[in-house]
Amino acid sequence: MSQHKKEKKISLPKFFIGLTLVIIVLMWTIPTFGILVTSFRDSTDIYGSGWWTVLPHKDMVKTDEFELPADTDPNSSITIEGTTASFDEWREGIYVSADRQLRWYGNKRSRKIEAFEEKWIGFGANLTLANYRDVLSAGNVTYEDAQGNTISRQGSNFGDAVLNSLAVTIPATIIPILIAAFAAYAFAWMEFPGRRPMFIMIVALLVVPLQIALIPILRDFTNWGLYGTFVSMWLAHTSFGLPLAIYLLYNYISTLPRDIFESAYLDGATPFVTFVRLVLPLSIPALAAFSIFQFLWVWNDYLVALIFLGDRNRVVTSALAAMVGEKGQDWHLLTSGAFLSMILPLAVFFGLQRFFVRGLMAGSIKG
Amino acid sequence: MSQESVGLKKYLLTLVLVVLTVFILVGGFIFLQRMQDYKVLMTFFAVIWGLGSVALLFYVLNSVAEIFPRKIRGVMVAFVFAGPAVILLFWALLLPTLRSLRLSFLDATGSKFVFLDNYKFAFTDPIMLESFRNNLLWMFFGTLTCVTLGILIAVLADKSKYEKVFKSLIFMPMAISFVGAGVIWKFIYAYKGEGINITEIGLLNAIVTSFGGEAQAWLLIPFWNNFFLIIIMVWLQTGYSMVIISSAIKSIPESINEAARVDGANAFIIFFKVTIPYIMPTIITVTTTILIFSLKLFDIVRVMTGGNFGTNVIANEFYIRQFTYGNSGQASAIAIVLLIVIVPVLAYNLREFMGRKVLK
Repeated sequence: MSQHKKEKKISLPKFFIGLTLVIIVLMWTIPTFGILVTSFRDSTDIYGSGWWTVLPHKDMVKTDEFELPADTDPNSSITIEGTTASFDEWREGIYVSADRQLRWYGNKRSRKIEAFEEKWIGFGANLTLANYRDVLSAGNVTYEDAQGNTISRQGSNFGDAVLNSLAVTIPATIIPILIAAFAAYAFAWMEFPGRRPMFIMIVALLVVPLQIALIPILRDFTNWGLYGTFVSMWLAHTSFGLPLAIYLLYNYISTLPRDIFESAYLDGATPFVTFVRLVLPLSIPALAAFSIFQFLWVWNDYLVALIFLGDRNRVVTSALAAMVGEKGQDWHLLTSGAFLSMILPLAVFFGLQRFFVRGLMAGSIKG
Repeated sequence: MSQESVGLKKYLLTLVLVVLTVFILVGGFIFLQRMQDYKVLMTFFAVIWGLGSVALLFYVLNSVAEIFPRKIRGVMVAFVFAGPAVILLFWALLLPTLRSLRLSFLDATGSKFVFLDNYKFAFTDPIMLESFRNNLLWMFFGTLTCVTLGILIAVLADKSKYEKVFKSLIFMPMAISFVGAGVIWKFIYAYKGEGINITEIGLLNAIVTSFGGEAQAWLLIPFWNNFFLIIIMVWLQTGYSMVIISSAIKSIPESINEAARVDGANAFIIFFKVTIPYIMPTIITVTTTILIFSLKLFDIVRVMTGGNFGTNVIANEFYIRQFTYGNSGQASAIAIVLLIVIVPVLAYNLREFMGRKVLK
């Protein structure tokens, strides 16, 4: 390649490629960054200014305020500090000198004037953990809005939601792996009647939409008294995750060398022992790939939790969605809640990205 | 010890195990229901009991299967291994398909046969037609943007020194739930209302007003609000298409590119005449996956607009029919329609699988 010749110069195409990528990456990260910053801001600040104002920037800063004499007639033109203008113009704000803007505050009767000056503001952020405390709490929380009014709300009990999510997600990740690994081993290395049709069924079920199963299963759960329990979530997520799990693990386990099974058999190992001692340890890469996939899927799932748990044992996604409905403008609670719901999956994702990508590749089509 | 007493001991031991397992399964379940108020303790117990009982179940079933005479033991063990999975799939996916099909021919409460009425609703009701139109928008524009951007980023990143960092950051939203993404984007679209000297706290409105435009309630603008929702899916799913396509691009042998270069092809010609044809199968797979995904899309619409303001989609209408109107007939008909749309993909998958000659 001809790179040696122009190693010193950054070529123009390279520069544009870099620029395009940086712009795209910014577009992809700024939204998340925005709520991260907001979740640590004081509630009053959140409603008063955009989150980006925590960065150094030039802004209009209120320097002082005064009242006009009581005989000022707001309906005719008003002269303040040598400038004459109508009420509406004063309300929009007028520069009386190069760096001093005056604005009429409130309605005509207030006669209050605020003076603003454009200034550089450094990292003037007023950061707090109060939002996280409030969103985790189950009791009453109070906060101040932009006008300084104290507002009281029922806390969102996010602490419980996180525990519920863990109680749903951990078993619903490991149970299907165990069941699928047994099944994949049977399909790959054992002879039994109905083996092929059953496996074809599994391939077909890979893309079947969940909606088809929700109503009948909900009826079963209600009849069996399982509605709203963790067991119902494990059953549902295990079953829905099985087609992909069996498919992925089958692809992996069926490529293990035949010799190891034959020598295990000759040593007198039963299939069960072979599976536990040989197949499971050898399949760890595939097991890891699927488990990350399933973990993210279950943790982030909203539909299945909404239908089988309802309002009992709310998981983080349901709690967050309920918050959007009930407290749609309480951004300090919404952003901290959203971030709490993202911490664990993001940690798993960045820590184990390699395995996750492998899982994605192996099972590109999932229902 | 005689052969017989060894056998008897084995039977007894297995019997004890079976009883013990049933006890642990049932007892644990009852215990779990009583613990609802002690969250931390219950979570711990739930995890241990859930995993332990599944492992135990396999162990015990296997012990039972191994009692059978040698001739059928192999098959019995195989059934024990594959059985739980097959039973679960039968109960959770196969059987429900038939049950939903049956429900779709019955009325709201599932008691009276109404033949095709629910399907007439599914294909002619104005709210359904609107949902179909919106799903088409999602499927067309959402998928097109995801795949195009995915290819673009994969190709560009391939030429960059910081490829790993770029890809990782664009891939990141894959770890975020749709509900979480909903909150993130709702904040971007936030609108404070009209008035003088109002500071917009939503990023989009802040950008628009700083360029002299007027702040908008973006999610309320008829028709176009669909696109503001589709952007969220693009944000979430582009990482997926990028990662898969990127690995396909990396599998292109360098000699092919080299040969094209020797023949005088420039970067653009190589891209369209070599790269794209080579990764076409991957592009098709990714496109299909995202198409299916956008067909079943639910969470984003549910959280952002609840399907109001002309943004309804099929999966949301399914939810509304079942849980707001309590009409299981109409909801089931919608689910069947979703399945029918997916059948071509299903058939293609099966044909592909049969062609691979696995599992003779």
